[in-house]
Amino acid sequence: MTASRPGAQASAQSLIEARDVVKSFGQTPALRGASVAVARGEILAVMGPSGSGKSTLLHCLAGIFTPDGGEIWFDGRRLDTLGEAERTKLRRTAFGFVFQFGQLVPELSIADNIALPLLLNRVRRKDAYEKAARWLDRLELGDLGGRRTGELSGGQAQRVALARALVMQPQVLFADEPTGSLDSLTGEMVMDLIVSLAREEETTVVVVTHEARVAACADREILVRDGMVFDPQAAGVGR
Amino acid sequence: MSVPLTMLGLLEREPSHGYELKRDYDAYFGRGKPLPFGQVYATLARLARDGMVVAGEAEPGAGPERKRYVITEAGATEVETWLAEPAEPEPHLQTVLFAKVVLALMLGRPADRYLDVQRAAHLARMRQLTEVKRSDGLLDVLRADYGLFHLEADLRWIDTTAARLDALAKEVRG
Repeated sequence: MTASRPGAQASAQSLIEARDVVKSFGQTPALRGASVAVARGEILAVMGPSGSGKSTLLHCLAGIFTPDGGEIWFDGRRLDTLGEAERTKLRRTAFGFVFQFGQLVPELSIADNIALPLLLNRVRRKDAYEKAARWLDRLELGDLGGRRTGELSGGQAQRVALARALVMQPQVLFADEPTGSLDSLTGEMVMDLIVSLAREEETTVVVVTHEARVAACADREILVRDGMVFDPQAAGVGR
Repeated sequence: MSVPLTMLGLLEREPSHGYELKRDYDAYFGRGKPLPFGQVYATLARLARDGMVVAGEAEPGAGPERKRYVITEAGATEVETWLAEPAEPEPHLQTVLFAKVVLALMLGRPADRYLDVQRAAHLARMRQLTEVKRSDGLLDVLRADYGLFHLEADLRWIDTTAARLDALAKEVRG
């Protein structure tokens, strides 16, 4: 954990960092001074019981939620003080997201879903679909491009969601319970893909999970409990 | 499970006669497998020899079993070290972890912290096994899976126990 240093630059080694982050929903505190630093290229698992604040921490790190207190740093600059337009741009270009249920657009084909982030970022249509096709091949989904999302199995849908998340070559991939709705073996395959693709693409990954076997795929884990972070490495254990 | 260290932990709670120790051990940790009196006194003799406990004067009219045993500073340090050190993360650790949690709560020690340390040790071992799966053949993958699923079961117990510590503390402290 890193103590809050208002005005200081982000830690030299960290790509993304939360410092003493506080976040409440109404009267309910979700984060009560959570701090974590994620190094460039690192795969970090965020664990904790239901309602502990782990998803809130991910949403704060990703600039989806604005903290009530504390700071979020990304790539050397404050993220939490950026305006909504700038944060939206950052989420579209520098961050990728995978959620428990793929959250694909059901009206669109698989290829459309993967090309969508590129099209939103004004990549030429032809280039966007060529790139989507390359990702389909890479994830062994080559012949499914024209299908609708409803025709996919859970594992296939998560692979498509992963392709959509990585197609913009984001610096950080945020994954919230990416294997939560899958059986053990399919979940393992999806997690293996996340790890291998992140290594190949040099993407930093923050994965929220309650599954220890998923967390064991990461480089290290932190535990969120009652809105605060326990970092075993910082405490000198678990290595 | 480590009978000597568990008995030592019970002695840190309060000085006790051998029969009181056996009674409390059986109540909290015996679970259908009572400790033989012979083992209780042999263990106390070894603990006394090693400077972990001292035996009081024999009480009037009583045999050797009427001595009251008191933990020493070295004994208390031994208990603290044992509680704070994570057990080797192998499957089927429940009895050791159970004893550590119950003793930590009895002694007012930070059981939540011990569980955090144990959970980190478990995850470190799970990372090693996951690495084995990435590099070895399917037979090794199956062996690693066996370990991973069992360690995961331990972790679920650790997490559930961590969530119940307050209620558990009330029960063991009476």
